Amino acid sequence: MHLKNLQLNQFKNYQSAKLEFSEEINCMVGINGSGKTNLLDAIHYLCLTKSAVNAQDNQNILHDMDFFTVFGEFEMAKNSLEIRCIVESGKKKQIIQNGKAVEKMSDHVGLLPVVMIAPDDTQLIKDGSEERRRFFDNMLCQLDKSYMDNLVRYQHFLKQRNALLKKFGETGRINKALLEPYDLELIKLSKLIAATRQEFVNAYKPLLLEHYADISGKRETIDIHYDTNCTAEDFERQFYQNQSKDLILRRSTMGIHKDDFVFEIDNYPIKKYGSQGQQKSFLIALKLAQFEIFHDKKNTKPILLLDDIFDKLDDLRIEKLMQLVADHRFGQLFITDARPERSAGILKGINAQAKFFKVEQGHVSAWDQ
Amino acid sequence: MNFPSKLIEDAVTEISRLPGIGKKTALRLALHLLKQKEAVTESLSQSITKMRTEIKYCSVCHNISDTEVCGICTSMRRDKSTICVVEEIPDVLAIENTSQYNGLYHVLGGVISPIQGIGPDELKIDSLINRVAKVSSGDKVDEVILALPATMEGDTTSFYITRKLKEYGVKVSTIARGIPIGGELEYTDEVTLGRSILTRVNYSAD
Ligand SMILES: [Zn+2]
Repeated sequence: MHLKNLQLNQFKNYQSAKLEFSEEINCMVGINGSGKTNLLDAIHYLCLTKSAVNAQDNQNILHDMDFFTVFGEFEMAKNSLEIRCIVESGKKKQIIQNGKAVEKMSDHVGLLPVVMIAPDDTQLIKDGSEERRRFFDNMLCQLDKSYMDNLVRYQHFLKQRNALLKKFGETGRINKALLEPYDLELIKLSKLIAATRQEFVNAYKPLLLEHYADISGKRETIDIHYDTNCTAEDFERQFYQNQSKDLILRRSTMGIHKDDFVFEIDNYPIKKYGSQGQQKSFLIALKLAQFEIFHDKKNTKPILLLDDIFDKLDDLRIEKLMQLVADHRFGQLFITDARPERSAGILKGINAQAKFFKVEQGHVSAWDQ
Repeated sequence: MNFPSKLIEDAVTEISRLPGIGKKTALRLALHLLKQKEAVTESLSQSITKMRTEIKYCSVCHNISDTEVCGICTSMRRDKSTICVVEEIPDVLAIENTSQYNGLYHVLGGVISPIQGIGPDELKIDSLINRVAKVSSGDKVDEVILALPATMEGDTTSFYITRKLKEYGVKVSTIARGIPIGGELEYTDEVTLGRSILTRVNYSAD
């Protein structure tokens, strides 16, 4: 699978832009703030119906405008697929596949697997559990449509239950019968989702360990485990035991929205004890393991987006990554870099068809280095 | 949009408040009305005002009615032992148009959704319970059919009502959900298809 071309209209800092891609390496060069990463984000939109950076669709529209469109043509194993994404403020987002509107976003997500490596987003490691749940949910949603449907239902029922708890708190009137349908759904869905998460982590862990060892070239050992109450025998009892606490706090305290994925290095949480270099290696290993599991389950190499890696990684890690590129472990690649000569130099040594694009304040042109 | 007249602008603003009507369509409608005889627009605005001020809701089933109790609730030919619970008034019309149902209705006026501030108190749920509980009037209710939307809110509401009705020993059923007539299996979404298989019915070859 690869993306043949991309057309933007009023997307982020682009009035309009049109790009024809190489099916191997594509490198966007330009100074910081020129809009290189926005091109990667447009590809992210086509694949996953959302931005990798800004969750508010409206905020991705060009300043003072009221809509954007992103259009791209993908070459698939057997046919080609035209995807158009339209976001208009005040209206429902639209994804159009070969001229036909997609009814449910879960019917689109997973069709076009994509992995993004942005070495700066170490929030995944440093921040609270929400970032890690988002990362694993994002992977699972691309791999398993029923997981995504369950997750959407869970989040909806959770919002309803929290609104109900808030109302009970404000009015001082508690209607336990009304909590019941939400409790039953959240318990049922928590069990299903937690079982899938656990199963996924079991399959994902060996890949992660292998890639970490490779990318870091070090001997420290890392580990990952899934931290949840929802797989416990007595989860249901615990859920109901917490009901009085929920009523006091006016929010739901049990369920898969409290889960975490714990990352460790030599048996200590990497969040606190890992060096910056170790954290970056961990982040890249997480993404490479993601790439591999997608490749395996989808039978196609995902599109790989590498944001600003030459600037943010040290020579050793760049070399390791480029070795994987040279070994043709990846499929189509999109790279951004602020220094054109540097990426041209690095990519020159690799036997692959590379295309360069120069980005200047929302304008893109082919660059013949 | 810039208007040559404040009067037109006001009319356009009001008309564009209607569902599915944007500013452009509103302007087209306003200009159309301007071309009509005065009696036509007079009659239009009067009928709207009259409808709004004089319309009644049936005190039993909460459907629209010109009288205190609606025609369906008072009809001698309807089966008063069955109540079909629907979300909104158009649902009554939809079921009536099938000519397959001869019982009574109960219009809830919405479904439970705490996010939107809609709880049982905002809906005609207590009124439904009272209809089922009240045996003295002579019309005993044997069955309540839940015909609510197949959404998370619809299902929550059905669940809540079922629990509330439990102590009255009334039969509670829900309308079947499945493959549309003339529909192809391969084009039916997975959830509907899955549900149709789980809730399959005996095949009668008679
Ligand atoms: Zn009535």
